[in-house]
Amino acid sequence: MNLAIKDIRHGLFRFVLTCFGLGLLMTVVLAMIGIYNGLVADALAVVKAPAADIWVVEAGTQGPFAEASSIPADTRDAVARMPGVAEAGAITYQTIEAAHAGQTLRLYVIGFEPGRPGGPQRIAEGRGLGTSHFELLADRKTGLVPGDTIRLGRNRFRVVGLAEDAMNSGGDPAVYVTLADALSLQTALDPAAARVQVARGDQGIRPATVAAVIARLEPGADVALLTATVRQWKHLAALSQIEQEDLLLASVVDRARRQIGLFLGILLSVSAVVIALIIYTMTMEKLKQIATLKLIGAPDRTIVALIVQQAMILGVSGLGIGLALILLVKDNFPRRVVLEPFNALVLTGIILVVCLIASGLGVRAALKVDPATALGG
Amino acid sequence: MTLGDILVNVQGVAKHYGEGETRVDALRSIDLRVHAGEVIALLGPSGSGKTTLLNVIGCILAPTSGRVELDGDAVFDGKWLRSDLRRLRLDKIGFIFQAHNLLPFLTAEENVSVVLDLAGWPSEKGRARARELLDYLEVGHRAKAKPALLSGGEAQRVAIARALANRPRIILADEPTAALDSGRAQLVMDLLRKLATEQEACIIAVTHDEKIFDRFDRLIHLRDGRLVDT
Ligand SMILES: Nc1ncnc2c1ncn2[C@@H]1O[C@H](COP(=O)(O)OP(=O)(O)OP(=O)(O)O)[C@@H](O)[C@H]1O
Ligand SMILES: [Mg+2]
Repeated sequence: MNLAIKDIRHGLFRFVLTCFGLGLLMTVVLAMIGIYNGLVADALAVVKAPAADIWVVEAGTQGPFAEASSIPADTRDAVARMPGVAEAGAITYQTIEAAHAGQTLRLYVIGFEPGRPGGPQRIAEGRGLGTSHFELLADRKTGLVPGDTIRLGRNRFRVVGLAEDAMNSGGDPAVYVTLADALSLQTALDPAAARVQVARGDQGIRPATVAAVIARLEPGADVALLTATVRQWKHLAALSQIEQEDLLLASVVDRARRQIGLFLGILLSVSAVVIALIIYTMTMEKLKQIATLKLIGAPDRTIVALIVQQAMILGVSGLGIGLALILLVKDNFPRRVVLEPFNALVLTGIILVVCLIASGLGVRAALKVDPATALGG
Repeated sequence: MTLGDILVNVQGVAKHYGEGETRVDALRSIDLRVHAGEVIALLGPSGSGKTTLLNVIGCILAPTSGRVELDGDAVFDGKWLRSDLRRLRLDKIGFIFQAHNLLPFLTAEENVSVVLDLAGWPSEKGRARARELLDYLEVGHRAKAKPALLSGGEAQRVAIARALANRPRIILADEPTAALDSGRAQLVMDLLRKLATEQEACIIAVTHDEKIFDRFDRLIHLRDGRLVDT
């Protein structure tokens, strides 16, 4: 006869309600974990998208994401000629606001050379960029669809295809344009003084600059050797893909990560206290029944099992409800919520430990109760 | 009547609650022997120490001083001599409480069979035994009901069935028939008597119910914590 389950079934409605409440709390915890993972995944998306091996950027900067970087566009030719480099492409990044369908869109404009590294890895819909001017590939999150047109700078761009999961670390969805278009967009968005200079015909003074040149290496090529070689050009620096990812996590995401991490810690502590309170109260309400059990001869084992089993059932159902809820709502969040099975597993472990500690409190009270308290007379 | 083994042997037991001004001497030097097969009544005015004495015999309450032997084993002599008092209660003692104390989350039948469960009976056998007892006490038809839905008398009979389930040799009852009509009270007394003879058990019952006084072998009177001769 399982007393824990019999007791739960006796007050089923209340128990289910308690589980549901705990489930909501677990939903928040899981959402926080998911948001954190999403943040990291989003931040890395832009670095991972070009599938590069090395990033050549301006010397003395940690560009192009952590700091601004500006290098001559012809650096690409120099890099492409280096032994071990399979292909290289120049790339630019800028954030601009554009009006579309009565709304202001914040877009992360990535300029790359079609046919060279830098574009999206997969076209979800439509086609890739051709060589003609003013074509654009948009991330699905922009809300743009193939065939739409949108004004960027002085020109109207036509959406020819859609990509997915491309955005900057701030969550602004990306659009891809050709490097040439991106460069003219850069000029169009330059400060007024510069534009005046350009209008005077001083174009030659400013050579075209890009944010970075990325390169894919031939199999077996030595990344360290290549980055060292690049650094010999005094105006350039080079980072491996791994360094670039670490840099982004350390500089751009770190504070957000610590912020969410701290919040997660608080949330877990709150959950622990709530679980402990629920289990303690559940036990205190049963003290007289526990005294009766002791009176009729139940060993401590039976009483401990009653409390611990109920605590575990509560914890596991709360977690189950939390998981079900977060899976239901996670796609409605404005930013990506990414949950790995590993996260759920770790949380399960934490909750089970919390339940065990919480039942410890209840067990202490239950073991202390005097069987005589069961006697009414 | 030939007397059986001594099941309860209480020697010089005293119990006081509190100290100083609040001190209450509930029991003062009690000597009592109860033999197997005996059904005895514990009488006395309210506050005379009846419940206290039952609790001492039932190993729920430690006396302040004295010696207690149950079924030939010394269990208390100035201090508890056994660490497994609960196992002792499970095997040897059946309680019928003044307040019946059924577990609210178990059905009548489960309230009885839980004792057998704890004693290690196979659940089928335990359930059968519970049903048999409930039927005998005429509450078999309520076997599947939870205590909240039972009348006072029904609940009391379920509690009696629970006390008898593991065939204890010492049955302690605090007002076992208070909630019952006289017909059922007689039935319970029949059962207790039968138990005493068949299982060589002893029964110590606190009662105020004069209608059943003639069903006891002995009437023991308590007054101010002392046994008094009548
Ligand atoms: N836990 C306790 N703390 C202090 N005093 C107590 C306690 N329990 C009982 N007493 C006192 O001890 C005395 C004997 O109490 P007991 O319960 O044994 O009486 P009783 O004969 O069972 O009475 P009743 O017929 O009313 O049930 C009473 O004066 C009571 O007030
Ligand atoms: Mg009493």
